[in-house]
Amino acid sequence: MKFEKPTIQPLGKQAILLSWEENIDENLLYHLLQLKKHIQHYYTKVKVEVINTYNSLLVNYVSTIKNIYGEISVLEKLMDSPQKDTALQFYQFTLPVCYDQKFGLDLEELSKQNQLGISEIIQLHTQPNYTIFFTGFLPGFLYLGGLDKKLHISRKKSPRLKVEKGAVGIGEKQTGIYPQISAGGWQLIGNCPVPIFDVNQEKPSPFQAGDKLKFEAVNLEDYETIQQEVKQGTYQLKKEMYEH
Amino acid sequence: MSIKVTKPGLLTSIQDFGRTGYAQYGVPQSGVMDRYAAKIANLLVGNTEYEAVMEITLMGPSLEFQEEMLVALVGLEAAVTLNDEKIRLLKPLEVNDGDVLQIKQVTKGTRLYLAVKGGFLTEEKLESRSMYEPITRSGQLKKVDELKVAEYKVAKAKAFAHIKFEAEKYEPSQLEVFPGPEFNNLPEELKGELLTKKFSVSKDNSRMAYQLEEKLENELQPILTQPVLPGTVQFTPAGNLIILMRDAQTTGGYPRIFQLTEESINLLVQKKQGDSVEFQLKEY
Repeated sequence: MKFEKPTIQPLGKQAILLSWEENIDENLLYHLLQLKKHIQHYYTKVKVEVINTYNSLLVNYVSTIKNIYGEISVLEKLMDSPQKDTALQFYQFTLPVCYDQKFGLDLEELSKQNQLGISEIIQLHTQPNYTIFFTGFLPGFLYLGGLDKKLHISRKKSPRLKVEKGAVGIGEKQTGIYPQISAGGWQLIGNCPVPIFDVNQEKPSPFQAGDKLKFEAVNLEDYETIQQEVKQGTYQLKKEMYEH
Repeated sequence: MSIKVTKPGLLTSIQDFGRTGYAQYGVPQSGVMDRYAAKIANLLVGNTEYEAVMEITLMGPSLEFQEEMLVALVGLEAAVTLNDEKIRLLKPLEVNDGDVLQIKQVTKGTRLYLAVKGGFLTEEKLESRSMYEPITRSGQLKKVDELKVAEYKVAKAKAFAHIKFEAEKYEPSQLEVFPGPEFNNLPEELKGELLTKKFSVSKDNSRMAYQLEEKLENELQPILTQPVLPGTVQFTPAGNLIILMRDAQTTGGYPRIFQLTEESINLLVQKKQGDSVEFQLKEY
């Protein structure tokens, strides 16, 4: 697939931003991730941090860039040079979610507003194979694409001051998991007993942009069993290679 | 070697120059708010510039040294005593076992940096000692904390006394900014207003962001969630200007109209509620 060339501009003296037209599109995502890898391969001697969002790459040079326009033209040339597209490796994850009323504080609200039965909501939420576009907002918070239109619902009028760790919610067209206790305005439909961000791991999150994620409904009893396994360190995250 | 925190102060934390490589996990950079003052503090005790230091905000802590150490305090002005005797900032200071340092109040500027020869050896998470909850256990020091300090060979205070802190850097109210990615979506009239108006720092100012008091009419559409950095100026649909700081989120959905220079970040973080600021546009 062909993509337009991005706008390349500095963002301060330490970073360069590459932006494509605003679009939430999986093909664009994989295009960005390939370029990201290409840029990371090029800068092996200097420390460079590259992050992506839906339609941007931010190349952060961490210290002041000596010649910004020189660096921009390096990036322009990189865009045009041939890239190996075999090197990217993605994973398919499955995470358990308990949709019990205990956690699904807004299931009734969603059911009423969108005229869906609770079991229908669970079915619609566990059906898609979501795409992880990037992590942002909070440490470990995944921006997921693929929520069924029937589940779109506006945020709560006033946000909750405390949303539990692991809470699964919906805000407008997005669904996600709260990685930690925080304030939050999303409509809550369940809870995931598996921590998705652990600061004590060298890689604090197993998920990366481009990976796929499915939710699997579990009952309260299974939820507690998984919670125990997580505590004891015996829980095995469901993960397999994913061919894009 | 260690330092005992007998009173934590309003918002006191250990900070180094922050986390890099973890933005992909949504982890904020964190690190000292005023990098210039922190660097000078480190140099005054003979450390490398980037050692972890104590960041003190407005009302400071009381500390008890458990060993002989060399320390330095850098900031604009503050009421500080060592064993109840007034001491001056910006000078390396030899302290002894049992000495009590009381940082009562920052009287000019907002933040003060305490460096200790050898550096702090506090909790390290994701390659940094910068305190930020929940990456570290707490975002600020507590009364019971005992802070570990690296061992070092005894050094004399005067050896590092030649380092100069340029306090005049903090006088201006002009913040130098580069145009942000959405700057050119602004109507010309609004651009003009943004660059001539005097703004003031609101009470909503923290390690995450500084919000300005004055509002301007904003007709820009919200954007898709995009990368942001410390120093990014966001323009909200309600017309507020929010200047992101060291603990800012890694992504945001408000138009990014300016990007502060590093020097201007250092300048802004020493301003307090009510202080006036203006934007001065700079080309790359």
